[in-house]
Amino acid sequence: MKTAKSLIQRALLGVLVAAVAVAVSAQEKPDRTKPPAIGPAPSLKMPAIQKQKLSNGLEVWLVEHHEVPLAQVNLIVRSGSAADPIGKYGIGSLTAAMLDEGAGKLSALDLADGLEFLGANLSTSSSFDYSAVRLSVPVSKLADALPLMADVSLRPTFPAAELDRLRQERLTGLLQARDNPAALIGMAFPRVIFGPTHRYGTSANGLPPTIEAFTVADLQTFYRAHYRPGNATLLVVGDVTLASAMPMLEKAFGSWKTDGMAPLVAEVPVAPQLTSRQVYIIDKPDAPQSQVRIGWVGVSRSTPDYAALEVLNTILGGSFTSRLNQNLREDKGYSYGASSVFDMRLSAGPFLAAAGVQSDKTAPSIQEFFNELNNILKPIPEEELKKAKNYVALGFPGEFETTGDLARKLEDLVVYKLPEDTYTKFVSSVTSITAADLQRLAARYIQPDKMAVVVVGDRKSIEGPIRLLNLGPVNFITIDELFR
Amino acid sequence: MNRWISLSALILAASVSLGAQQPAALSVPFTQFKLPNGLNVILHRDTSVPVVSVNIWYHVGSGHERPGRTGFAHLFEHVMFEGSMHVPEGSFDTWLEAAGGNNNGSTSNDRTNYYEDLPNNALELALFLESDRMGFLLDDKAPDKINGQRDVVKNEKRQSVDNQPYGQAFIELPAMMYPAGHPYSWSTIGSMEDLTAASFEDVARFFRTYYVPSNASLVIAGDIDVAATRKLVEKWFSDVPAGKPVPALTAPTPVLDGVKKKTLTDRVQLPRLYMAWHTPALMKPGDAELDILSNLLSGGKNSRLYKRLVYEMQIAQDVNASQQSQGLSSMYLIVATARPGQSLDKIQAVIDEELDKLRATPPEAREMTRALNQVEANFYRGMERVGGFGGKANQLNAYFKATGQPDFFQKDLDRYRAVTPADVKAVVEKYLPKDRRVELSIVPGDKK
Repeated sequence: MKTAKSLIQRALLGVLVAAVAVAVSAQEKPDRTKPPAIGPAPSLKMPAIQKQKLSNGLEVWLVEHHEVPLAQVNLIVRSGSAADPIGKYGIGSLTAAMLDEGAGKLSALDLADGLEFLGANLSTSSSFDYSAVRLSVPVSKLADALPLMADVSLRPTFPAAELDRLRQERLTGLLQARDNPAALIGMAFPRVIFGPTHRYGTSANGLPPTIEAFTVADLQTFYRAHYRPGNATLLVVGDVTLASAMPMLEKAFGSWKTDGMAPLVAEVPVAPQLTSRQVYIIDKPDAPQSQVRIGWVGVSRSTPDYAALEVLNTILGGSFTSRLNQNLREDKGYSYGASSVFDMRLSAGPFLAAAGVQSDKTAPSIQEFFNELNNILKPIPEEELKKAKNYVALGFPGEFETTGDLARKLEDLVVYKLPEDTYTKFVSSVTSITAADLQRLAARYIQPDKMAVVVVGDRKSIEGPIRLLNLGPVNFITIDELFR
Repeated sequence: MNRWISLSALILAASVSLGAQQPAALSVPFTQFKLPNGLNVILHRDTSVPVVSVNIWYHVGSGHERPGRTGFAHLFEHVMFEGSMHVPEGSFDTWLEAAGGNNNGSTSNDRTNYYEDLPNNALELALFLESDRMGFLLDDKAPDKINGQRDVVKNEKRQSVDNQPYGQAFIELPAMMYPAGHPYSWSTIGSMEDLTAASFEDVARFFRTYYVPSNASLVIAGDIDVAATRKLVEKWFSDVPAGKPVPALTAPTPVLDGVKKKTLTDRVQLPRLYMAWHTPALMKPGDAELDILSNLLSGGKNSRLYKRLVYEMQIAQDVNASQQSQGLSSMYLIVATARPGQSLDKIQAVIDEELDKLRATPPEAREMTRALNQVEANFYRGMERVGGFGGKANQLNAYFKATGQPDFFQKDLDRYRAVTPADVKAVVEKYLPKDRRVELSIVPGDKK
């Protein structure tokens, strides 16, 4: 590190040659024979979560973040696409999308104009696990924007003409998905893993026959059942305090009452696990690359093994130097990138390993995927484990940088009902993971001989070589089937 | 062209959006100095999280490539990660990840940029790695490395262009817009033939010519001690040899003398229209006006093209207008996709009607304010994050290249604030003529 002598010389230089180019004198000689030593890791100062309730019982969580004069207000409704009734897959997503298409006394165009004029951004969206109305606004305009957000959240009017417009937009989007191998595999893989009945087997937006039939009454039914104060939380992050924000929030959201309809929140059943390996090919004639996904039913977000699975996946396919990316991209050059992920939800989402690979290397690529899926079952070398633990633990503080980052972290606490000390404990839970832990988890969560192999590619050139791998029965799915 | 996109990033990416409007002056305080070898250095302290971003721009891009070597600047960017004299192949990424860091690189027509985002205790590691590849890239076994990355880049092209619906537009548009030989007349990803032809000699020549300290600028931003960081930069970068000055890229201003029309087929369900014009370079008069115009045309439900084509008539699935700002000259691009059964001619007629309206009458005050407020929101979005391609470190380098002033944030915002309705009318008249433009259609058929 610095010596007293060099510090003085630097100070003198600064005085003598203030704006001139730096003269060579004070600097140390670099030792390039090894990477420089790294000092002790910085620790994350988790900001405090302040909790209050509005007069109607609606919970408010607030985190002060005074770096930029922005406020982020997210209304989280703990029901998403997973709450879609059978036969109505897509209604939760459409309900969220329709919230700002007319609300209170305002039309879709009025709402957009009003928000944009304030410099506010408002989005309404949903995932399988929850729905959200998210507002970001300069803190000076928060009081003006909250009534618009409250209209959208509490008083959506679901105009029939706007429903028809969004319906056509979604149907056209699904038509376009037929062109795009990445979109096709995104529909095919969950269908294979979860089947057409389990909610996770169909995309959140739903499929054409269902989308065609949605009515305004369907939207209203979903809305009334799920958008209610007892099923929601307001998350506030930014240049605010409880004292400044609570009166505004009370005024905008305090009158929100339920109409007495019983909530329809049923838990998503855990999908039956796959039991034998099969291959599924979706033909995309003359595609220059094959989209490959290999996986099965994974694990839910509430798993006590969360941190360990993050580390395991980092080693397998969750970082640039992960085994899958090193093998398929750096060593073989078959792909622009290969990766894997445990997509954790309220119920067990998919585990998948994924890559786009050049068509003539489809079968060798699948072979390499299985080599790595088998290798991860063996004990992880100590150096590799250390690298992955450091990558996950030391990179963690960077995930709390912006108001949006912080709000997203709060959303996870609310939706997955995680203990409030989840983030403060995360680094130590990563640090304590051992190679034996990972071997135990890999044996349970990665069983390559039971996984499905799903490929969107040029059948005439890839089918023969894939069959030679003898992975299991080879099935074919037509593109049309994916949209029924 | 980015070096790498992770699946988990795509699946788990936050969809939280930010926006703002704020009258106080924007300021990103910085310290700037130059090493004797010519390296420009810019330091900025932001202690919101204990993270630091090391961001370096080399002022070379695909525009500097020679004939027969299209795609080379981007291929070279990939080789930069494969180790250098004191960094064995693979160690660049391994050492960074072991320290909790992330990195990436990207190449455009005008520049190539790289960053390492990492905990602040590991800053010196990033300086070692960046300085070693700046000073000593070629002293390692480069011939092997170019072969490995050649295959990776070809797969990047297959994934992001060849296997993408409408992907050929990004090869075709530059060729239609610029005369043969113009630095912007080929795409950054290049052609498969040229990628195959690239050799180690090309790597060596490109490195010695363009990857010299005086052609680069280094930003270090985040939770740093400025004085100590300056000492570390001097320590690690002073032994990088100075190179010869790199002459600025020049080219005659491109001109279209009529309507250049072309129709291609692709395996797509819906026809898509691309309309393109030559427009003023980044930061030149007209550039900010055209950005505001883009917001008036396709930013939000009330914007003119979106409202008519997508919201009211519902003859288009999407429409996007954008000023693609570049160093020598820019391209204004309007892209629209037809709804099933709708024709591109009809869509083009509506686009022309809307442009005619702006040629005749300046936009209204409320539209302008709405657009400006959204532009300001984008500025604040960029001020919250330090690292990555979208953070302050990268923006300091971008402003330094474009204007010579790293903290150009407020002046940049002032460019937009100064735009009047009459200015918007004027740029439509001057730069978006109906009789001098490119009209490219991609329609359903076999891929050609």
